Amino acid sequence: MTPVKLYPTKSEKVYFFGTCLVDMFYPEAGLDGIRLLEREGIEVLFPEDQTCCGQPAYTSGYQSEARAVAAAQLGLFPEPWPIIVPSGSCGGMMRTHYPQLFAGTDQEALAGEVASRVYELTEYLVHVCHLQLDDRGQAEAVAMHTSCSARREMGLAETGPALLARLGQVKLVEQERAAECCGFGGTFAVRHPEVSAAMVEDKAQAIEATGASHFVSSDCGCLMNINGRFEHQKKAIQGEHIASYLWRRTS
Amino acid sequence: MSVETYTPRAFHRQAHDALGNPQIRSNFRRAMDGLMTKRRDVFSDWDLETLRELGANIRLRALARLPDLLEQLEANCVANGIRVHWAEDGEEACRIIREVCESHGAKSVIKGKSMVSEEMHLNAHLEAAGIEALESDLGEYLVQLNEQTPSHIIMPAIHLNTDEISDIMHEKTGTDRTRDVDYMTAAARAQLRERFMNADVGVSGVNFAVAETGTLCLVENEGNGRMTTTVPPVHIAVTGIEKVVEHLRDVPPLYALLTRSATGQHVTTYFNMISGPRKAGEHDGPREVHLVLVDSGRSRIYQDDELLDTLRCIRCGACMNHCPVYTRVGGHSYGTTYPGPIGSILMPHMLGLEETKDLPTASSLCGACGEVCPVKIPIPDLLVRLRREAVGEGRGNVPGAGVKRTKKEVAAWKSWQWLATHPAVWRTSLLMAGKLRALTPSKLGPWTQYRTAPKLAKRSLHALVKTHRRERGDEP
Repeated sequence: MTPVKLYPTKSEKVYFFGTCLVDMFYPEAGLDGIRLLEREGIEVLFPEDQTCCGQPAYTSGYQSEARAVAAAQLGLFPEPWPIIVPSGSCGGMMRTHYPQLFAGTDQEALAGEVASRVYELTEYLVHVCHLQLDDRGQAEAVAMHTSCSARREMGLAETGPALLARLGQVKLVEQERAAECCGFGGTFAVRHPEVSAAMVEDKAQAIEATGASHFVSSDCGCLMNINGRFEHQKKAIQGEHIASYLWRRTS
Repeated sequence: MSVETYTPRAFHRQAHDALGNPQIRSNFRRAMDGLMTKRRDVFSDWDLETLRELGANIRLRALARLPDLLEQLEANCVANGIRVHWAEDGEEACRIIREVCESHGAKSVIKGKSMVSEEMHLNAHLEAAGIEALESDLGEYLVQLNEQTPSHIIMPAIHLNTDEISDIMHEKTGTDRTRDVDYMTAAARAQLRERFMNADVGVSGVNFAVAETGTLCLVENEGNGRMTTTVPPVHIAVTGIEKVVEHLRDVPPLYALLTRSATGQHVTTYFNMISGPRKAGEHDGPREVHLVLVDSGRSRIYQDDELLDTLRCIRCGACMNHCPVYTRVGGHSYGTTYPGPIGSILMPHMLGLEETKDLPTASSLCGACGEVCPVKIPIPDLLVRLRREAVGEGRGNVPGAGVKRTKKEVAAWKSWQWLATHPAVWRTSLLMAGKLRALTPSKLGPWTQYRTAPKLAKRSLHALVKTHRRERGDEP
């Protein structure tokens, strides 16, 4: 059973680990996450030397390469501030797999300490900031795809929907088989493209069937996958990172 | 009889064929949706997490004492009159079973469902020796009639729908073409009943072998297991060495987890406890009972404290029922006796990574398998471990370790590592990439076959944060 996590009180400062996908493809989502935190009176530190959490190599079996890249991140968070990650996938990597990755090495203690300070963005906004939202957007229905890592590895199936529920004008509609994977899986999408395609096709159809013209996700991998599928089929449905959606509707 | 063959080497081709077969797609989707719903409903009023924890601990405790428990099992079985045989691999197990059959002049064997017998291709071995082996589990019977192998470990014929089954039974046994399930079941029952009466030997699997009592537990729904193990004069049970549990009291929780996880049943129609041959004065039961304990790579798995978790498995099939990959490609695509997530972490040990290298990667690591596993096997972690073994960055404890390591791929990951550990270069690269984004190819191999290519942002988060800070007056 996932142990009950006791959340700290809101910190005056936090670190923000943007993730490489956000850095390269969805930088606005990262900035919107930072803005949401700043609006709560938190000073957001963005260590300039951050690159990637190391997950792509880790899940591909390239353990030593993953460890080298992860090790380069470990020293970026010297103060005891929480580390906020706008992704369940990278957050799960850092919280769950960093301790495994460095077990038996001289960085084991540091990795465990860093891991214990990692929070996924929606998790921090819900459980620590107790975020209140003043929705200024039009009334609309929106679908949400929670990533498998957020849902299962980090146990955060509820935080995204909880935030959307605080938007007065937004109705969350649930797609069929909401808990099923969208088929991204990092290098899986490249190693098994046809299986991955069959999965994203089903996910796209399920989202479309909700009638929502918009969907959000808290993971850019899923977003890239599902959006890429909709775009390929020239569908009008657009997905965006939940941080951008929240910021857009409340700023 | 020739059997349709699939191989793990051909996973990509087999998956391609299955994905393009609407019948296969809908048969699996419908069946797996039904199984997932049934499981969820049947556990709804249980404290499932506590029960899973208990199940995991029972299996872990048994595995921790495995060598001792196997000796205890053997001693108690022998005391009960069961003859115990040890087989290093499937070939030896086949030979043992054949020799027992031959010593009785057996020509016909009736079989209860046993995945271990599938694992060692027992039917083909017996047939080559002139002994006919007939499957009596309805699904196995249909699959055998159709000259196929099982596509699921619990529901071997789940890839077939009613119409296909009707056709197979019509063509192979002369029954009427019909959609009447009761008619077909009754016909199969009549066909099998006669074979039970005339079989010389019954071969079955084992779900739990209880060390403290020397009892073999067999879980089933059709009564064919009971017939197989009681009607013929000789019963041979065959199982893997990991199926042993310490106490009789360990069985109820595992049984509760097994039936609910597998088929969403509170209890199966039959639960057999076999504790020896017919005793003096008894009027039925086999005159001889044998137990064949098969290793087939299991003791090698046992020696690795991570891989060991693979052996906790109680063969419920919940991991495949919940796997988004299995649901779409079906069981045959994997080309192995055990398909789906459990197969992908088990078969590499039996067949080597050379044969099975595409299986550990055939997962998006979504975690659904690990979430539903009744004995909490960390399947996603084990898939990653095997990926590590395949590229030569594991402990080397799996046959074929390192087989997937290529200079090209290593060079690619080393370059990525270099870039991601040189932050200044990383930032400059993102800056350049943003400026050159117009040049990014719109075709990115497999990705863009089904999706548009992701577009590099004009400015990276690193760059946006810099501007943002300047605007806020945080820095000059």
